[in-house]
Amino acid sequence: MAKLKFDSIKVGDEIPKIEIRGVTRPDFVRYAGASGDFVPLHYDQTFVEMAGIPTVFAQGMFTAGLLSKAVTDYVGVGNVRRFQVRFATRVWPGDVVTCTGKVTNKLEKGGEKQIEGDLIVLNQKGEPAIRGSFRAACA
Amino acid sequence: MADKSAVGKTGKPFKMHVDWSKVREFARAIKDPNPLYFDPELARKELGGIPVPVTFLQTSAFWTDETSSPGFGGFDLRRILHGEQEFEFFKPIFVGDTLTGLTKVADVLEKEGGRGGKMTLLITETEYTNQKGEKVAIARSTLIETGQAVKA
Repeated sequence: MAKLKFDSIKVGDEIPKIEIRGVTRPDFVRYAGASGDFVPLHYDQTFVEMAGIPTVFAQGMFTAGLLSKAVTDYVGVGNVRRFQVRFATRVWPGDVVTCTGKVTNKLEKGGEKQIEGDLIVLNQKGEPAIRGSFRAACA
Repeated sequence: MADKSAVGKTGKPFKMHVDWSKVREFARAIKDPNPLYFDPELARKELGGIPVPVTFLQTSAFWTDETSSPGFGGFDLRRILHGEQEFEFFKPIFVGDTLTGLTKVADVLEKEGGRGGKMTLLITETEYTNQKGEKVAIARSTLIETGQAVKA
């Protein structure tokens, strides 16, 4: 996929936002099957109630996957060199999640022009579900 | 309980075959309809092969068993949270590749936590090598054992 042009990127540039208007239990089930993460906290209502949690909630890596798409839509598939996420608040069924980020640095590494950036996933209350960062190759 | 003696321990290497149907299923699960995952001709033309999503190495769960893990250093799995995850990529990974993964305990740390009291952090690193012997990626995972069960 076409790489971003290094010279046209500025520190502070924003990554186009992805908004998912209401994640669902079937989303979590589909991610469980796709990823092999079968921790029951994410699909088994009986189990979570026994653990004192009101409902199932998203796998952190499901939400990280949504965020990764915002990055690859921006830098192009195949150009991500590093992707890091730290989980904050949990994502519940019905939550509206917004994935975005911004460029924080431009550098050369291993003979390659690269950018670095910060990433964030927010819920509808503006609480961070994930804070992350990335590094990607440019042309 | 933090058990520093676990640092450096490795599991047994495991094989992971990168299968197109799994890549498609994973891309759908993260709501990414990018044609590069779905159109082999386009992918070959643009990238030289069908790529994998950034977090696809999470599907190593299907290729590992208890022997692939270096062990959890006495961690109580009922009180475990996934705190952080990182991937570094050195070479492209394509559908058709057979990767070999090796997981080691990179660090064990103790921290004062918020909601759950004292926390122990277990940082594992899985290094992936492709069928040509090239190091393609490292997946770094931080698991947190909370002092008590974390309530919502």
